[in-house]
Amino acid sequence: MTRHSEPHAHGPWHTVVLLAGFAVTAYATLRVLDDPDLPRMLTWFLAAAVAHDLVLFPAYTAADRLIARIDTRVPLVNHIRIPLLASGLLFLMFLPGILRQGGDTFHTATGLTQDPFLHRWLLLTALFLTTSATLYTGRVTLTRPTSRTTPRR
Amino acid sequence: MAADPRLLRWLRAHRPGGPFRPEAWRSPLRGPWLTSVLGLVLLTTLPTVVVTGLLSYIAYGPQFGQAIPGDVGWLSLPWFDWPSRPSWLYQLTQGLHVGLGLVLVPVVLAKLWSVLPRLFAWPPVRSATHLLERVSVLLLVGSVLFEIVTGLLNIQYDYVFGFSFYTAHYWGAWVFIAAFATHIVIKVPAMARALRSRSLRTELRTKRVDTRPEPVESGLVATAPTPATISRRGALAVVAGGSLLVGALTVGQTVEWLRPLALLVPRGLVPGDGPNGFPVNRTATAAGITAAATGPAWTLLLLGGPRPVTLDRARLAALPQHTATLPIACVEGWSTTQDWTGVRLADLATLAGVDSPASAHVRSLERDGPFGQATLQGNQIANPDALLALHVNGVDLSPDHGYPARVIVPALPGVHNTKWVRSIEFRRAP
Repeated sequence: MTRHSEPHAHGPWHTVVLLAGFAVTAYATLRVLDDPDLPRMLTWFLAAAVAHDLVLFPAYTAADRLIARIDTRVPLVNHIRIPLLASGLLFLMFLPGILRQGGDTFHTATGLTQDPFLHRWLLLTALFLTTSATLYTGRVTLTRPTSRTTPRR
Repeated sequence: MAADPRLLRWLRAHRPGGPFRPEAWRSPLRGPWLTSVLGLVLLTTLPTVVVTGLLSYIAYGPQFGQAIPGDVGWLSLPWFDWPSRPSWLYQLTQGLHVGLGLVLVPVVLAKLWSVLPRLFAWPPVRSATHLLERVSVLLLVGSVLFEIVTGLLNIQYDYVFGFSFYTAHYWGAWVFIAAFATHIVIKVPAMARALRSRSLRTELRTKRVDTRPEPVESGLVATAPTPATISRRGALAVVAGGSLLVGALTVGQTVEWLRPLALLVPRGLVPGDGPNGFPVNRTATAAGITAAATGPAWTLLLLGGPRPVTLDRARLAALPQHTATLPIACVEGWSTTQDWTGVRLADLATLAGVDSPASAHVRSLERDGPFGQATLQGNQIANPDALLALHVNGVDLSPDHGYPARVIVPALPGVHNTKWVRSIEFRRAP
């Protein structure tokens, strides 16, 4: 199947728009050209895209395919997938506190420590998993196939 | 400007394996409609994050050279005097900037999930314009992730990146604005078409077992899909649920009674009980403030009038006192509202011998920090609730909250409410 009919930028109008966008980016880049930290910023910029597209995405896709292999009468997949997704999202967003990164600046700024965060994240994860397991148990109980199969006695 | 047809033919005949094979993409949910729903959400919400971010730059007072980065050329909103009314203005704009930015993280991740097959499109480039578009998309994805990552690290005080957060986040924002605008112009027609291709109402009624791939030819739709493990409504609910979860766990940074829910962010933690038990921005120890410097020998120096005026704390306390309930709102999105009591800045200006000053330069006892000084606008000094506070919630300020005296001005970014004040220089219009 050829797939070159899908929409993408085309024509002089789009070229002009793209070049205008690059002009703004170039202007912004020129403004930080003399910043000694520019190479670091560029590295983080590219690393963010690469880390998402070529590390995070393949990792969660592979994990999800493992989960999706599970085949049960009442589909279990989402009862595993969703709590893990919630836990993973929180870990990804709040990992500095959970892993206690930047403890010194944290203490300087707040007068406190990051100690509570790891426990709280683990407790939230446990809460997500148990809630999901409870819901699954409820669904299994409610959809017990009594109506279709003949009782044994 | 299409690429050489022979080259395109050769490329098609030499497709690499792995994710470059269309069959590698199996989800029956991916398709222009789902991508467009997520795109529409971002199209309607991200501009608010952008504008509130740019407003924060103005709130820092670029006219005094105290917004970071200093020289931004044409790339800023037009400058204006940041209002000091309503007092919750910066609490609102910056709370929205950070809060909405956080809540949109799951939507951005879902949107990227939905379009990832495009990264591995083959042939990789079909024309000169297509090449430009791919570069533009790299800038879009790179910048949105860069803004999210630097923002997330900053609000959690993790400066692992090693560059100036303000500088990087500001310029990253302009790369994003340019790429976002380009993307909107190019993609909105396709988004509108895709949104019309399916009924949202029908989609919200379709169960998992009835979920089929979108019947359109698109690089997003799987050619060899597996049966759906979740419905489209389920997938949208998961994304919305992720946003709600993040919202529930962060809104307490700004909304006082929900603070106990802010379990994973720094400002859910409160340093102790009592009248001074609200979040601290920088501790006295960290700022190098000694008990000797803030003891009985401390005096406030007022400059800018015919002659310098020196006041000790007892004389300050003997001046007319005014109490105001004001939020203090930080660039990191958190805020806290307290009852502050002290001397009106306008009264201090009169005492110094400068009526209706155009600006005031406040210096702290803190010498090294980047926010050991701040300049206030005329409208901020004139606001009757703008104080040099001596007390909070009826007691002396604690050392961490700026004892012996601190500035508190309505709607001013938190760090410009200088703590441990040493001097104020009132300036007339030039």
